[in-house]
Amino acid sequence: MSHHIVEARNLQHVYPDGTIAIKDVSFRITHGESVAIIGANGAGKSTLLQHLNGCLYPTSGQIRIGDTLLTKSTLPDIRRTVGMVFQYPDDQLFMPTVFEDVAFGPLNQGLSGSDLERRVTEALVQVGADHLRTKPPYHLSGGEKKRVAIATVLAMSPDILVMDEPTSGLDPFARRQLMSLLVEFKHTKIFTSHDLDMVLDLCHRTIILHDGMIMADGPTGEIFRNDALLAACRLEKPLSMQGCPLCNTDYATKPGN
Amino acid sequence: MISINAAVIDLKRLDLLADGDSQIHALDSRAKVLVTLVFIVSVVSFGRYEIVRLLPFFAYPAVMIALAGLPPLYIARKIALVSPFILMVGLFNPLFDRDVLYQICQVQISGGWISLFSLLVRSLLTVSAAFILVGTTGFTAVCQALQRLGTPQVFTVQLLFLHRYILVLADETGRASRARELRSCGKKGLGVASFGSLTGHLLLRTWLQAERIHTAMLARGFTGKFHVPRQSRFSADDILFVLGWSLLFISLRAADISDIIGALFS
Repeated sequence: MSHHIVEARNLQHVYPDGTIAIKDVSFRITHGESVAIIGANGAGKSTLLQHLNGCLYPTSGQIRIGDTLLTKSTLPDIRRTVGMVFQYPDDQLFMPTVFEDVAFGPLNQGLSGSDLERRVTEALVQVGADHLRTKPPYHLSGGEKKRVAIATVLAMSPDILVMDEPTSGLDPFARRQLMSLLVEFKHTKIFTSHDLDMVLDLCHRTIILHDGMIMADGPTGEIFRNDALLAACRLEKPLSMQGCPLCNTDYATKPGN
Repeated sequence: MISINAAVIDLKRLDLLADGDSQIHALDSRAKVLVTLVFIVSVVSFGRYEIVRLLPFFAYPAVMIALAGLPPLYIARKIALVSPFILMVGLFNPLFDRDVLYQICQVQISGGWISLFSLLVRSLLTVSAAFILVGTTGFTAVCQALQRLGTPQVFTVQLLFLHRYILVLADETGRASRARELRSCGKKGLGVASFGSLTGHLLLRTWLQAERIHTAMLARGFTGKFHVPRQSRFSADDILFVLGWSLLFISLRAADISDIIGALFS
C-alpha cells in the first residue's frame, strides 16, 4: 500500500537555459487522495508533473514514490507505479490500432497471450472504449482519444494516476463523462488543470503553484473561498462558486441589462 | 493542404493492411522478411542489360497480392509514386551509354535505354516486394523480425523511430501548409521566403512533438525493445514458404527459364 504515496522534498528544477521552473517544492500525497495542482500559465505545473515518473530529473531535492527514491535504477518500477496521462492524446497514441496502443505498456511489462488480451480488454471496457479496439487512433474524436489514452495507462495497472489537463479540449458532454469515469477510480490521483469546476468536483485537496513555488496546499473548498489568494496567483473562483450572472442583482440592475 | 493530409492517411493505410487475416498475414514475419531478401538479392544481381529474365519474377508480387487480398490498385499507386525517383537515377544512362545493342528494323536501341528499362523493371519488382512485406506484416513486425534475425537493435529501433517521425512530420506539414494557405488569400503568400521559415518551424515543432512521444513511450515502460502482440513461431508452413519461394528465385536466377521453355518446344 505504501506504493501509493507520492512525496516531493525540496524539489527544484532549472532548465538548461537558466529558467527556474520549480523552487523548493515539498508535499506528501497519501493513499487514495485526489489532489489538484493548479496555477496560472507558466507556474510550473507540467514541469512538476513530469518529475513524478522520472520524465524530468530534479536539479536538487527528491521524489519518493512509497519508500522508493526516484533514481535511474528505480525508474522502471516507478513508471509501473505512476501512470501518466499526457495533455495531448496525440502524443500518447502512436501505434497503428487502439488495441496495439493499449497493449504497448503491458507488452513492455512482459505480458503476452491471454493475460495481455485480458488486461487490454479490461482497460478498454473500464473507459467504455472496447468498441474502438480495431480502429486507428487518429480516426477517433477528441473525447475518444482521451479515453483511449487513459486506457493505455490503466492497462499497466498503476497505483497512482497522474493526469495533465484531463478535460482540456473536450466538449461538455465528453467532459462530464470523463469526470464520472475519474471519480470511480480508486487510485491515488493527481491532476493539473485550469478547469477549476472539475477540480471542485473531483479533488478534496488542492495545491496552488505560483512562479514555481507552492502558495497554498489545503482543502479545495477552503482554497477556492480565499479571493485574495486566488487573485495573487492569477486565478479565479470556479464558475459554480461565482453564482449565476443572470440572477445576480448587481448584474441585473446594470444599465442595458 | 488536402493533398498532404490525404497522403498521410494513404501512408497509414499501408500499416492497417497488415491487420488482415489471410494465410500470408498469418505467416511468421521472419519468413516473409527472408523471402523478400532472397527475392531482392536475386533481382538486383542480374546484369545491367537484363530484362527478359526478370519478367518471371513478377509472379511473386502477383501471387502474394492475390493470396493476401491486398488492394492491387493501391499498391500500384504507391509504386507509381516512387517511379519518378527511379527515372531520375537512370535518366543519364541513354546519354552516356550510346553503344547500340539491338536493332529492330531501322530503330537502333542503345545500351543506355536497355539499362534504364532494366533498372525500372528491377525497381518495380523490389519496391512492390517491400510494399507487400509491410502490407502483410506491418512495419513494427518487420523491424522486430529483422532484430530476431540478428540485426542490431540500435538499427531496428532507429528504423521504427524514423517511421514514426515521418508520420509526425507529415501531420505537422499538413497543418502548417493549411495555415499558410489560409492566410495567403489564394496568392503566393511571401513566396520562397515564407517557406524557409515554415520549414525551420516544422523541424522544431516535429522535434518537440517527437520528444513528447518519446517521453510518453518511456512513461509506459519502453526500454528500447519493441514488442508485438502477435508473437509467432516458425512453423512448417513458414519453412515451406521460405524454401518454396527461395528455390524458385534461385532457380530463376541460375537458369534461363525462357531458354529452357524454348528448348522444350523446339
